Order: sequence, then C-alpha cells, then structure tokens
Amino acid sequence: MELLLAEYLPILIFLGLAVALGAILILAAVVLAVRRPDPEKVSAYECGFNAFDDARMKFDVRFYLVSILFIIFDLEVAFLFPWAVAFGELSMLAFWSMMVFLAVLTIGFAYEWKKGALEWE
Amino acid sequence: MVEFFTETSIGQVLLILGQSLLLIVPLLVALAFLLLIDRKVWAAVQMRKGPNIVGPFGLLQSFADFLKYIVKEVVVPAGADRSVFFLAPMISFVMAVIAWAVIPFADGWVLADLNVALLYVFAVSSLEVYGVIMGGWASNSKYPFLGSLRSAAQMISYEVSIGLIIVGVIISTGSFNFGQIVAAQDGDFGLFNWYWLPHFPMLFLFLISAMAETNRPPFDLPEAESELVAGYQVEYSSTPFLLFMIGEYVAIVLMCALVSLLFFGGWLSPIPGLPDGVLWMVLKMFFVFFIFAMVKAITPRYRYDQLMRLGWKVFLPLSLAWVVIVSFLAKFEVLGGFWARWTLGV
Repeated sequence: MELLLAEYLPILIFLGLAVALGAILILAAVVLAVRRPDPEKVSAYECGFNAFDDARMKFDVRFYLVSILFIIFDLEVAFLFPWAVAFGELSMLAFWSMMVFLAVLTIGFAYEWKKGALEWE
Repeated sequence: MVEFFTETSIGQVLLILGQSLLLIVPLLVALAFLLLIDRKVWAAVQMRKGPNIVGPFGLLQSFADFLKYIVKEVVVPAGADRSVFFLAPMISFVMAVIAWAVIPFADGWVLADLNVALLYVFAVSSLEVYGVIMGGWASNSKYPFLGSLRSAAQMISYEVSIGLIIVGVIISTGSFNFGQIVAAQDGDFGLFNWYWLPHFPMLFLFLISAMAETNRPPFDLPEAESELVAGYQVEYSSTPFLLFMIGEYVAIVLMCALVSLLFFGGWLSPIPGLPDGVLWMVLKMFFVFFIFAMVKAITPRYRYDQLMRLGWKVFLPLSLAWVVIVSFLAKFEVLGGFWARWTLGV
C-alpha cells in the first residue's frame, strides 16, 4: 500500500504544480489587465447579430450516438488491456475466449454500420 | 495510509517538487520554440518569412506573445457560467501537462515510474475532452457550443483507434511501463528492432489518429475559420485562451513523445554501437513534430462527415483487425519474437 502511494506521490505533486501554474496565469491576467466591460463587448459573438436566444439549444441526436458507440468501444479497449499485458502467460482458452468476444463485437459493429449509425451527411 | 502521510518527509516532497520543476520548465520553454518552428515551417511551405521581428530570426516571438496574452483584457460573456468558464481552460491545460509525469526521456529519467504508465497517459489524455465540452457550454454562445460538440465527438472517435493501436504494442511487450516498452525494442539491429517495423501499418494510423485527437490540421474542425470561427475558443481571450493553446500544444508534443516511445524505440540509438541517450529521444520527438508541422502546412482541411467516416469506418475496423492479427502472430510466435518480444527474454 505504501509503496503504491509512494509511486503516485510525484503525480500528485506534479498535479498541484500544474494547477498552481494555470491558476497563476489566469490570475495574472485578471490582476494585470485593464477590465472595462460594456454590454456590446460582453455579448455573445454571433457574426455581428445580437444574440437571438439562449445558446444551449437542441442538437443533433447523432452526437449521442457517437458517445454511446465510444463508450462501447472504449470499454472493449479497457477490457483488452489486462488481457494484452498478460498475453505471454495466456492459455489457449483465454486466447480463444477473447477472439470470440472480439468476433461478437465485430458482428455488433457490422450491424451498426448496416443500420446506418455511422452515417453523417 | 496514515503512516504514509505522516512519515513522508518534507525533504522527499521538496526533491519531487524540484524534479517536477525540472520537467515542466524545460517542457514549456521547449514548447515556446516548437510553436515558433511550427509557424516557421508553415511560412516556409507558403514561401513566407514567418515571424522574424522579435529577436534574431524571430526566436523570441513566443515570449512576446506570452507577455501580450497576460496584459490582454479577460472578457467574460454576459450569459456565461463564470466558474465553469474559467475551469475549462484549466482542465485542458492541467490534463495535458500531468500526462508528462510518466514520460521517460532516457533510461530512468522519469518523474513517476508507474507500472501502468501507458494506461495513465491514455486515461489522462481522455479527460482533456472535458475542457472542450465545458468551455463550449459555459460560453453560452452558439458557435462555441456547436464547436465543442463537434470537437468532443471528433476526439472521442479517434481515441478508440488510439486505444486499439496501443493494445497491439502491449501485446508485443507484455507491459504498460514505458521503460519496458523501450527495452523490448532493444536489439542487435538498431532501428530495425523498433516497433515501427512489426507494427508498420499502425504507425501511420497512430500518427493520423494523434493529429485528429489533438485537433491538428488537417483535422482542425474545431477551428474551422470558415464555418465555426474558432469553435469552443471563440469567447476566450487573454490567458484563459493561452491555457487552451498551451494545452493543445503540450498534447501534440505528448503525442510526438508517444510515437517515439512506442514505435521509434525512445532513447535507443538507431545505429548499433552508438550510445543510447536522451539526445535520441529529443531528436525523434523533434522529427515527429516536424511531420506534424509539414502535414499542417500541406494538407487541406477535412469535411466533418469525411472525418467521422474515416474514424469509424476506416480506422476502427483496421485497428481492430490489427489487434486480432498481432495476437495471432504473437501467440503462434511467427518469425520468433518479431511480434512476441517477451519470448526473447528482455
């Protein structure tokens, strides 16, 4: 446990350093730079028009689809990682089980493709 | 756990802090010059001079830009969510920087020698997408919102192929540790021992995916000037914008480091007999960055539907197929240890 924490301590310190650096940069501009906001300056950019309405609007459902596909395939990658690390010691059973898993996944992928989930026009 | 926090001495913490500074300061200074090189290469391809006023050959251009950013006004749009608006560039910057904690520059020259280093890099660089999404949402403006959706979809699409390509490399090595990945590429034949040869097609897939993942041209859809002005960054000015930009370039250089570690043998010398060392690592990273800069200069931008088609219909099937091919080649030890380096006892 302690060995594990000791390994990750540099990352914690490095994270702190990076956060501090970012905060200093933002604060520097906030402190140093002149700030004179006026209604025109702080209005949202819309090619010279006044903003019509709230920008948080409906958007294309395909973005949801992409994120769902991403979750499926990223989970698959996460599942492959430990298998790949232990590859040298794998038995034939472990090897073929993963091949079957990949085959099932490929079938699903082919189905998505056929259904047009990957189409953008 | 309690003992750990009470028994870790201040001296140890200070030592690590010093090492962190030793990593982050050269990284950011090198970044300033890489930015200039990027602009110079771009200019040279277009027969322009590029920045040449500040300092000899414009060498100090990036530092002048930096000072300019700091004294610019921070404009926060009226409808913006202030805390998220400032958190977004921080996340982009921090996530890009902390991935460097596990990148070695020579044998043992690494801040945190994790055994899951590659997994850590993969995880942290995935988190960068939050900076993009939060920046676009917090601005409460239409261009940033649409731009952030597109960037996020683009980044996650190519991350899948990057993950699968990494799996191929891990199968050959049997470890997530960069030191062991590089050691597995060591051998009597110099550069022919490196993974670019056994994983040849994946080298190109990784390079292209890295460009898409870091929103580099020809995949700079987030910054498509003609349609989305500057994507999720439209409402940002001053140092918040600077943080986005530094984050983007740090991520690009990280990808250069990953390419040299995974495919070009890291700090190993290409010619047998010459000493290995940090110089080779830097040269390889520089070479990959030069490729990035050249690609930016000579390729036209992709259209969004082409980009998504390339990611999902070309790269994903190819990298998935390659994982299966490599696992067969490694399992049945085709060509000895060509794909199965652990059999060579390294």
